[in-house]
This record gives sequence, C-alpha cells and structure tokens, in this order.
Amino acid sequence: MSHGNMNLTLKVWKQKNKDTKGRFETYNAKGISPDMSFLEMFDVVNEQLINENKEPIAFDHDCREGICGACSMYINGRPHGPKGAVTTCQLHMRSFKDGDTIVVEPWRSAAFPVIKDLAVDRSSFDRIIAAGGFVNINTGNAKDANNILINKDDADDAFNAAACIGCGACVAACKNSSAMLFVSAKVSQLALLPQGQIERQDRVLNMVKQMDEEGFGNCTNTGACEAECPKSISLENIARLNREYSSALLTQNKIHH
Amino acid sequence: MASSSKLNAKIPEGTLESKWTKYRSTVHLVNPANKRSLEVIVVGTGLAGASAAATLAEMGYKVKALCFQDSPRRAHSIAAQGGVNAAKNYQNDGDSVYRLFYDTIKGGDYRAREANVHRLAEVSGNIIDQCVAQGVPFAREYGGTLSNRSFGGTQVQRTFYAAGQTGQQLLLGAYSALQRQVGMGAVTLLARHDMMDVVNIDGKCRGIIARDLVTGKLERHFGHAVLLCTGGYGNVFYLSTNAMGSNVTAAWKAHKKGAFFGNPCYTQIHPTCIPVSGDHQSKLTLMSESLRNDGRIWVPKKQGDNRKPSDIPEDERDYYLERRYPAFGNLVPRDVASRAAKERCDAGYGVGTSKMAVYLDFAFNTERYGKIEATKHNLHNPSKEEIMKLGKDVVKEKYGNLFDMYKQITGEDPYEIPMRIYPAVHYTMGGLWVDYNLMTTVPGLYALGEANFSDHGANRLGASALMQGLADGYFVIPYTIGDYLSEEIRTKSIPTNHEAFVKAEAEVNERITKLLTIKGTKSVDSFHKRLGKIMWDKCGMARNAQGLQSAITEIQQLKKEFWSDVRVPGEANELNSELEKAHRVADFIELGELMCVDALTRNESCGGHFREEFQTPDGEALRDDDNYAYVAAWEYIADSNFELHKEELKYENIKLAQRNYA
Amino acid sequence: MSKPGFASSSIGKKILMGITGLFLITFLLVHCFINSLIFFNDGGETFNKGAEFMGTNWLIRTMEIVLFIGIFAHIFLALKLTIDNRKARPTGYAVVNGGANSTWYSRWMGLLGTLILMFLIIHLKHFWVVSRFTDHITSGEETIFQEMMEVFENPLIVAIYCASMISLAYHLLHGFQSAFQSLGLNHKKYTPIIKTTGVAFAILIPLIFASMPLVMHFGIIK
Repeated sequence: MSHGNMNLTLKVWKQKNKDTKGRFETYNAKGISPDMSFLEMFDVVNEQLINENKEPIAFDHDCREGICGACSMYINGRPHGPKGAVTTCQLHMRSFKDGDTIVVEPWRSAAFPVIKDLAVDRSSFDRIIAAGGFVNINTGNAKDANNILINKDDADDAFNAAACIGCGACVAACKNSSAMLFVSAKVSQLALLPQGQIERQDRVLNMVKQMDEEGFGNCTNTGACEAECPKSISLENIARLNREYSSALLTQNKIHH
Repeated sequence: MASSSKLNAKIPEGTLESKWTKYRSTVHLVNPANKRSLEVIVVGTGLAGASAAATLAEMGYKVKALCFQDSPRRAHSIAAQGGVNAAKNYQNDGDSVYRLFYDTIKGGDYRAREANVHRLAEVSGNIIDQCVAQGVPFAREYGGTLSNRSFGGTQVQRTFYAAGQTGQQLLLGAYSALQRQVGMGAVTLLARHDMMDVVNIDGKCRGIIARDLVTGKLERHFGHAVLLCTGGYGNVFYLSTNAMGSNVTAAWKAHKKGAFFGNPCYTQIHPTCIPVSGDHQSKLTLMSESLRNDGRIWVPKKQGDNRKPSDIPEDERDYYLERRYPAFGNLVPRDVASRAAKERCDAGYGVGTSKMAVYLDFAFNTERYGKIEATKHNLHNPSKEEIMKLGKDVVKEKYGNLFDMYKQITGEDPYEIPMRIYPAVHYTMGGLWVDYNLMTTVPGLYALGEANFSDHGANRLGASALMQGLADGYFVIPYTIGDYLSEEIRTKSIPTNHEAFVKAEAEVNERITKLLTIKGTKSVDSFHKRLGKIMWDKCGMARNAQGLQSAITEIQQLKKEFWSDVRVPGEANELNSELEKAHRVADFIELGELMCVDALTRNESCGGHFREEFQTPDGEALRDDDNYAYVAAWEYIADSNFELHKEELKYENIKLAQRNYA
Repeated sequence: MSKPGFASSSIGKKILMGITGLFLITFLLVHCFINSLIFFNDGGETFNKGAEFMGTNWLIRTMEIVLFIGIFAHIFLALKLTIDNRKARPTGYAVVNGGANSTWYSRWMGLLGTLILMFLIIHLKHFWVVSRFTDHITSGEETIFQEMMEVFENPLIVAIYCASMISLAYHLLHGFQSAFQSLGLNHKKYTPIIKTTGVAFAILIPLIFASMPLVMHFGIIK
C-alpha cells in the first residue's frame, strides 16, 4: 500500500543478539509520506519485510508522543536525527528529501549493550536512580503540601531538570559516552528543592559512583548532550553536579568504608 | 434488582463519610515478621503499579515488579499531560471531599460505586502531599504555594499540574520510590517481561507465567497475591492515544481464569486530539484537556466553509459548546464535548481537508492575557501586536510543550492559526471487576488503576486517572491487601514445579508454537487495523443494536481468520516484537467481542456509552436508571460465551438525575 | 559502602583537569607578560632583567617545579581520560555528525594538546634547557634575548611557533570556559562574562606569543 511518494534508502544496523556480531543491511523504503513519523516509516518497511517473509527490524518505541523515552535511533550521525529537541518518534519525514540515504544505528556505549538490531539495554540508568535518585520518604509520612513553600524560579528550574525522559541521547551523542547530563538532571532537581536537602550529599556521591561503575565515559564539556537532548536539559545542571559532588566530598563530615 | 450472588462488593457498613476511616482502622493486619515471608507480584509499573510496589515493599512485603518496557519509567502513565485532581480547596473556591465525590459520580453519569468514589476523594489530598514530599516539581505561584487549574466537569480549580507533563512527573516520583526499594533489595525488578497467564491453585491466584522478552524464555513466578496494574485496553481500537505497547493481555488472561470483566463497553473518547492525517498513522496524540481552559472550540456557521479560519468573521463562527452548555461552556465533560464535535462534523460543519475536525482557538485568550500583562507592565495604549506578543508568552509558559508537539506533528503553528482537533479513544472506564478491597472475583488476584472498573462509572473526568492510579497504589491497596494476606501467613511459598504452574506454562508454550506455525499471509498489524475499524465504526462514539450485532459477527469471523492466516515471523527464543503483538491482538479480538456484547446488552445511553436509540430530543444521553443502574460483570464461560452478573448500584447519598451542564 | 577516591572518580578527574588547566592558564599569562618586555625594543635590556628575575627568584624557581607537576598532571589525566573514554564506547558509529552538536576543537582537545606538547618539547629545548642546564647564559656569553634572536632566524621554526599558537588558541577557546564549567562555576550572570573573557584570552595570548618570533624574524624588534 502506498502512502506518499518519497523513496528512501535505509542502511540499518542488524544484530541478532548481544552475543553475535552485527552488520549493516540496506532496505528500500517506498511510498513514504512526509507526514509520517520516522517510526511510522519503519512500520511501513517492517510491513514490507513481513510480506516478503523476511525478518522485521527490532527497535524500541512505545508512547510515540515524545515522552516515554523508549525510542532511540542514531540517524545520520545524530541521536534522534537531524532536528534538535525532538525524539525519534516526533521526527517527521518532512525533515528528509526524496531519494535520501539514511544510516540508522543503535546507541553505542559500553553501558548500553545492543540487545537486538536497534534496541539497547539501558538498565544502567535505572541502577543509577536506584543508587540515590530519590527522596528517602515512605508513603504516609508527608505533611500538607503547602507547608513546603518553594520559590517559583527554583521550582521551575527543578521542573526543567526533571523533564528528562531517560532516553540516553546524551550518552549516544557524547564522544565519550558520558552520562553526566542524565545524572545531573536528577541531582539538580533534588538539590534545588527543599525536599532533597536531607540526603543531598549522599545522593550525589552514590549516584556518581554508580555512574562510574556502569562504564560511562568522562565529560569533557563538548556540549553535544545539551544540543541533542530532546528535552533541552541544560549544561548548567552538569556544572551543578560538579559543584554538588566536590562540595559533598570536601565538607561531608563522615568517613566511608 | 438484586446483585448477583457471585458478586460481593464488600462495601463496609456505616455512613459514607465514615466507611473508609472505620474500615482502615479495623481491617486485618499482618505483623512485620510475617510480611517478610509474604510475596506479592505486581504486574505493570505505571502510577498504580509503581506506587503499589514501592509502598508494599516499604511495608516489608517481598515484591516482584514486572513491566514489558525496558524500564519501569516508561509506563504509559508518563504521557498524561494535564494534571491530577485533589480536594485541597487551596483556591478557597468551595471545594471539598464531598464536592469532588459528587462531581466524579455525576461526571461518571451515575454509574460508579459511591463508597469507592468517596474513598478516592478522601485520599486525594494525601496524594498531593506524598508527591510533593518526593520532590515532584508541581507548578507554583510566586508566593511559593501550589498552583491549580480547571478541568472539565467541575466549577472549581482543583487540578495540580506540572506544565503539560504532570503524568511524567508523578510517574517519575513513583518510579524513584520504586527504584529506591529495588536498590535496597526489597523489590525484584523484571523489566522487558510480559505476563502471559495467571496461575490459580485451589481457587486462589498463586502466581503468573511470564516471558522474558529478550531471551523468549518462559518463567514461573509464585506470589501469595498478584496485582494487575496493567492499564486500559483503548488499543482495541488500533488508533488511540495509548502507547503502542498498551494491551489487555494480563487482564484478559485473568478474565479467562475466572476474573469477571466489568463494564467493558465504557470507553472514553477524548475530545481534543490531533486528527488522523493518513492511513499510515500508528497512534493518535492527545492535546491536553487543560487547553480547554484557554482555548475556545468552534466551527463555521456555514456548511463546507473553506475559508481560512482567520478570514471567518466572529459572527460567522459557531462556538457550539458555549451555545449549548452556557454554564460549563468549553469545560463540559469529555463525553459531552466529543459527541458535540462529532455531531457538528457529521452535519457537515467540520474543518480541514478531511472535514473531520473542529477548531480549538487560543486567539481570544491570548489577547485577554496580553491585556492583563500590558496593564501589569504599565503599558498604555499598547498595539494589537504588542498585546498578542505578551499574551503569547503567557500561553507559552502554560502550554509550550503541547504547542510544540502540535507543530511538530502537523507542521502548523498553533500560536498563529487555531488547532484542528477531533475526538479519539483515550481511556477505558471498564476493566476487571473488583470489590472494595480492589480484589477481583479470583481470591488473591487484584486489579488497580485503569485496569479495574471501579471509580469512574461511564465517563471519567479529566485529571482523575492519575488520582485514581496513585490512590489505589499508595493509599488503598496497602491497607486492603491485609484483609487477604492476614489469612495467608501460614501458606508457604509454593514451589513452581507444582502441576498448576507446569500446566499453565505448557499452555502458553502451545499458544506460542501455534502462532509461529500458522505461517499465514497477513501481518499482525493488518488484523489489528481491521479490528480497530470494526470497533470504531460500530462500538465507538455512537453505537446501535444493528451495528453491534454485525460487529460481533465480523469479529468472530476475524478471529477465525487470524488463527488460520496470521504471519508471525521469527522464533520463540529471541526478542520478537511480532510475536508479542500477535499475543496482544489475539486477546484484543476476544475482548472486542465482549465489548460489543456489553454495549448491545446495555439498552440505554450513559457517559461514554452512547446508544443512538436512546437519546433525548436535544441529542443528550438518555439513561434508564430503573433497568440499568448496575455494573455489568461478565464471566467467561467459553469462547464467545459470556455470562452477565449484575452488581446493583445503590445511591444513598446522591440523587440520580439527568446530567445537566447547560 | 565504599566510595571511590576523588581523583579516580569521573568528576574528580575532570575537576583536576580544570584546576591544572587554569593553573597553566595563569602561567601563560605570566609568561606572556615577561616575554612582552621585548616590545620595549631596547635591545632586550628590560626583557633580560625580567628573565634574570624569573631565573633567580626562589619563589619563581619553586613554582617552576609546581608548573612541571601541573603540566605532567594535565597530560597524565588527559591520557587516562582518553583511554577510559575509548573503553566507554568499544564499538563506534559508522556515521558521526559531530559538527551538528559541538565545535570541532572541543572534540579534538586531545589532538590539540598533543600538538602543544610537541611544541613544548621544541620550545623547552630552545630556551629552558639552554638557560638551566648550560652555562651559556649564566656565564654571560649570551643573553636570553640574543638566544631568541638566533633561534627565530630560522623561518621554519617561526612557522612552527606560529602554527603551534593556533593550536593553543583553539585549545584555550574550549579549555578556558570548560575549566570553569568543570569546577561547577556556572552562573546565569557570570558565565557569559567568563565565556567572553575566555574567547578574548584564547585569541589575545596566542596572538601576542606568535607575534614574538615574527617581529624578531623580520627585524622589527632588534
């Protein structure tokens, strides 16, 4: 079934599972409409492949409205493709031209091993959050919400940091595979709010420790993460993380064993 | 009418206001030492699942949490935009627990259980407290207090929000609470796992069969109780605002193993979604109801008017919601707004190329905000451009992310030209039937959040889904589960080599083999699309007996075709998205049939269920309280054979009335 | 639970990188100031006095040792970071469009640094080794100024010096503001000032340095 009149050549990374070697495969995407999202274009290609009795391309996706953070394609050398501040699912084919060749790769990082084709394992992010990305409060202990007054600017900054969708584009974009933008967003959110003060020092130390153990690289301030982040999380957060980390190490009055 | 003997809602005695407080204080407890040996499986990690898993683990239970996504943070609660309701009365505008209770019952068109809804309203305030304590960055006023906005079906401002990403912020709060327990070893997290079936032993739910989606391996998991927090089934329509992976499989498997399905035909069609642009479309995108705070909905007064919206003068525009419902205007409940849009489009007044859309226009309020800002900044005689620019900044702060999303999808700038919107499937009020404890008709098997039927009647009010999901997980199940588990403290973990587990796993295996060996000619998606079309055309915004009857026949035919001609490529022991989808679509097909049966049986119109044969002369839903003031709980007997059980809805505090928003 | 040492953590390493970088920046400033004394164009008289002070003052001599520690630390950390970062992405991308999200010189700091290191070796051999490890200068046989005049007679060396200053400029263009970011010194009001200062520094200092061999080579300074 034809949907539009764009024809594209796709070079897509195919890899059976984490233990096998992968390679690029070339596919033709025919009859693509400029109104389709990039993932809907993949749907069309997969439908064709199934009709031809071939194996479809595996990729992560879910909400398709730019908020769940599941989609993760490295398109023509950039995470989430040529448009800034959008996820792959919100990238539309009107951003490409008829006849284009598009190279699609999975996120590449030691901490994000490929599971199959374009799907990678990002559970390292979950472990970083489990190491300290929370306020230590059990259900039922809260006081009335308006007893905590928060400066609007701080609340807005905390929200902007909290808008991170955990897609991993920052890691994918960074030449060093650093996860600093992701970690800094959560550290910042809680460092900016009164609720996060109690464990402010332990939180940043534990999260950075986990980040390092997962095998992410080191930040060299190229700013690629901020430029590619679909939620435009600011580099200011990384500066805050650096500050939080060094001040915690310098001033914390306890010795860790 | 009397309730079926098979249904015991277990609603506590006493006055409405005292039921929950009293019950909470007298329900059986499990002592801390025993909690450590009681295992609970939570399926799904959205608002209900993550909050339940975290809270139960905090209490000391051994918890296993499963999600099909690669991380619990990606559950579709994340996409909820507008806000979460709570009866805090922070705005001093007359809100109260009773008023939230009343609005919810009325909004649900008098088809919800009073006791459940009142409990929901009672705990609503605790939710806000809990979320703020977790560091959820809600919107605030300059003085540092929390900000509120209005949602449909209410006349107070009780909706708490975080820009247009409230669901995301609440879910990340619950997710962080969950990850905290994972880090402490109190919760075992199984991401990329699909629940394939429940396992019942001696009439009680004792575990599940799950599939590791990466390796394809089937796993047996024992639990003293199993909580299904698996969301709604809107994807039965193929196109909906749900995520691609949202599915009914867990609930449907439970249904086939004895859990009754409540009110399956109650589906919510959300009035403000981006219209379908072509047959390639894989999902629909919602534009938050909060936009109706500041957007005015209209169509041209002339049929087939092809002028640009800006060229249509004010007196040639029909603000049909304001015309028909002056008291609530653009903020009527969702079912009412959706039907009104459909009515205008069907009558030939629709706009856009498809003519299946109406305008949602922000110009009026942009100008109003601009004037307020100009006054604040002491600008005298500002030009229209200056006013619009100032107003645009205000609108941007409130809805910026939604406007960006609209522009990204449609290629049109909503700051300059009105949005085009049309109703789309959004939420399902129906779900597994549960009692006051949130337990299904299978002992030990619970359903929370959108997966149950309990709180929204025939129509859910905006910003109430987040409220219900978190109420169930944080504040209801932690108490009510004690009623059951206190009786289970002597039950040792049942080894998973028990014959019931072996049999259940073998059945799942057999089904996988079957799906992979049909090797037919049509893709899973093609069946899903066809099912969606049948459902939307015949069991969608408007239904009639004739259409429903033919839908049932068509679905039965589709089911036969599916099981003889579907093509599922790949193998069982690998990541296989087509196989996952095949399971889900197979279950959607069976559910679709039950939805039509339910819709056909309910010979009245109420909320989201609009039967064309039953309407007032003005085209409003016409209820039949004498014959249909009941919850329809369907028992699965055999394929295409469902038995209806009725739970009578008793209204002791609210007088049943025709809903009136005019 | 044990915590890693500051220096082995990813943030610790980048903070040390920033501190050593800023320290080297202050060295550049001092070095540039002293060398600019040649512009008095008094046959190197003022400059030679300055050079003598730098060569004999005990504080400066101590700082020289610290400076070398700083340089070695900066280089060592850079190597360690590069190795770690390679490990963090064992399989690379087939297509990378880095230009779309970052400046080329921020991505090639290692290469720029290596070029600067190579220059440094030549430069030290030309002047530092001569003044510290031979009696060439102390014996009064020749002044440092004269040494410079001699070295910069060779056009190839002048070209190497000028090209190296371009490397230094780009290294500083990223490094200056990056050091502040690493130290967490980011502020809505002050960061723009830091960035502007950084750009000015990255252009001016190498420009002044590069002008020295040029003016000597072409005999403008005698």
